[in-house]
Amino acid sequence: MKLHTLTIHALQELLARGETSSLELTRAVLARIDAVEGKVNAYITLDRTGALAQAEAADVRRRQGEVGGLCGIPLSIKDVLCTKGLRTTAGSRILEPFIPPYDATVVEKLRAAGAVILGKTSMDEFAMGSANENCAYGVPKNPWNLAHVCGGSSGGSAASVAADECTASLGSDTGGSIRQPASHCGLVGIKPTYGRVSRFGLLAYASSLDQVGPLTKDVRDAAIMLGAISGYDPRDSTSVNQPVPDYTAALIPEFNGLTIGIPKEYFGAGLDPEVEQAVRHGISLLTEAGAKTVEISLPHTEYGVAAYYIIAPAEASSNLARYDGIRYGFRDHDRHELLEMYKHSRSKGFGAEVKRRIIIGTYALSSGYYDAYYKKASQARTLIIEDYARAFAQCDLLVSPVTPAPAWKIGEKADDPLSVYLSDILTICTNLAGLPGMSVPCGISSGGLPIGLQLQASHFAEEKIFRAAYALEQRLDLKNSCQL
Amino acid sequence: MTCPVEYVTKQGMKITPEEVRYVARLARLSLSEAEVAETTLQLDGILSYVEKLGELDTTGVLPTTHALDIRNAFRADELHKSLTQHEALANGPLQNGEAFVVPRVI
Repeated sequence: MKLHTLTIHALQELLARGETSSLELTRAVLARIDAVEGKVNAYITLDRTGALAQAEAADVRRRQGEVGGLCGIPLSIKDVLCTKGLRTTAGSRILEPFIPPYDATVVEKLRAAGAVILGKTSMDEFAMGSANENCAYGVPKNPWNLAHVCGGSSGGSAASVAADECTASLGSDTGGSIRQPASHCGLVGIKPTYGRVSRFGLLAYASSLDQVGPLTKDVRDAAIMLGAISGYDPRDSTSVNQPVPDYTAALIPEFNGLTIGIPKEYFGAGLDPEVEQAVRHGISLLTEAGAKTVEISLPHTEYGVAAYYIIAPAEASSNLARYDGIRYGFRDHDRHELLEMYKHSRSKGFGAEVKRRIIIGTYALSSGYYDAYYKKASQARTLIIEDYARAFAQCDLLVSPVTPAPAWKIGEKADDPLSVYLSDILTICTNLAGLPGMSVPCGISSGGLPIGLQLQASHFAEEKIFRAAYALEQRLDLKNSCQL
Repeated sequence: MTCPVEYVTKQGMKITPEEVRYVARLARLSLSEAEVAETTLQLDGILSYVEKLGELDTTGVLPTTHALDIRNAFRADELHKSLTQHEALANGPLQNGEAFVVPRVI
């Protein structure tokens, strides 16, 4: 029995029946990490000793009858979420020595549910990227094909799950950073409604767009993980006080009575024919399951990337002002004048993409340009939200591709930031509107790379997404051809 | 990647090397001349793309800063346990046990 390959729900059953222990499971996953991590590079920091101690504690809790929803399950955490006493770098040199004095709320919730935290996964620096190629600690590889990117910015999280180097992972999604790597690595990844999950302890990139969510091996695991991390948190003033449903209750094979909208703008020029074919096949399976379909238009979709690449850098330029070489992180000790110390600490600590976005954001907010850029982008955001409102008057869910093409080759787009930005076109509008969105596997390309199908719903309608994803998963038999 | 400065300063660019230097200073970043040249070229491409937003008629459209209709979140003004001084200082790259040490400013 290969424990490291199993899902959360399969392991829960084995653990409940006493057929394995968290310690045995955690050792199996650590052995798997030893075997493949040299090729995959999914982790920035691994906490071997801490993980084994947590596993032993979970086994004790289980024997005492204190069984949380994730009791004894080994997870990885994107390195953008604070973990008390465990280094948190955000993929940046500027935070290389940073040891958080507190846990993010989501980490606290996972620990309370009994989870074992294995370590911190690779990511694009401060979550700025779509291929995990902007990381100060190396580029993680796609476990399906090591020459390809695993997507980003939660690339290490996706790679760690796809390579069975953990059972599930937490990532964050500002413009597609959970859904896109999930799609590229053949996983389920959900970005919840803005405010569903606390952002306390999430190192901020763009605060009005950031949201934490899980990357998992199947739909049921995603429902379990999302249930574990959701809920109101007084420490995050943007979290919403709404009851958290049992998402696993939505996992029923029938799909009658729901209408899925097919947004024509998501199937436009530039879409890889294999991706289109896989997504259309997914739609036909949902129709067989009982869904009605309707064609939808979201006419302002094409303005999403432009609006996002003003709004997100503008927020980032403000959020990242805190990295000044004084309170935490890297400092250039050779500079003895305050302004010079700020400038050199930041310039040596931040990578090229982060500096580029800080400069774009500062420019867009600077005197004389604010109306032309930030205000205009915020108005475009309103138009995008209104498109969705009209769409959800006609349908329950929007079904589309997640990415225009499967994962590209490492280095292929290294010198062309704009072409990387444009690859986010199908995921960005979800964040601008604060909606929930999921990537669920729907096919494999002729080159052997996974293809995801995106489901978007109205605010707090995650259950509809889970229903559709489960109905699709039940009707597809995708063989994991990840050869590691 | 570096690019020749004369290309960067050609006419019709959305942003000049001078503006990049000015914005970098506002953002407390120090860029080498090669970085200024490269950034100017890349920002020009990005800003040219963003000009697409100009196609939209946004007359009377209210800007959105928050996707959900949430009003101010208030809480009771009560004292809660916070980080200790020791914990708060622990990550400081230069501190003396009581405060963060910064270069003299006056």
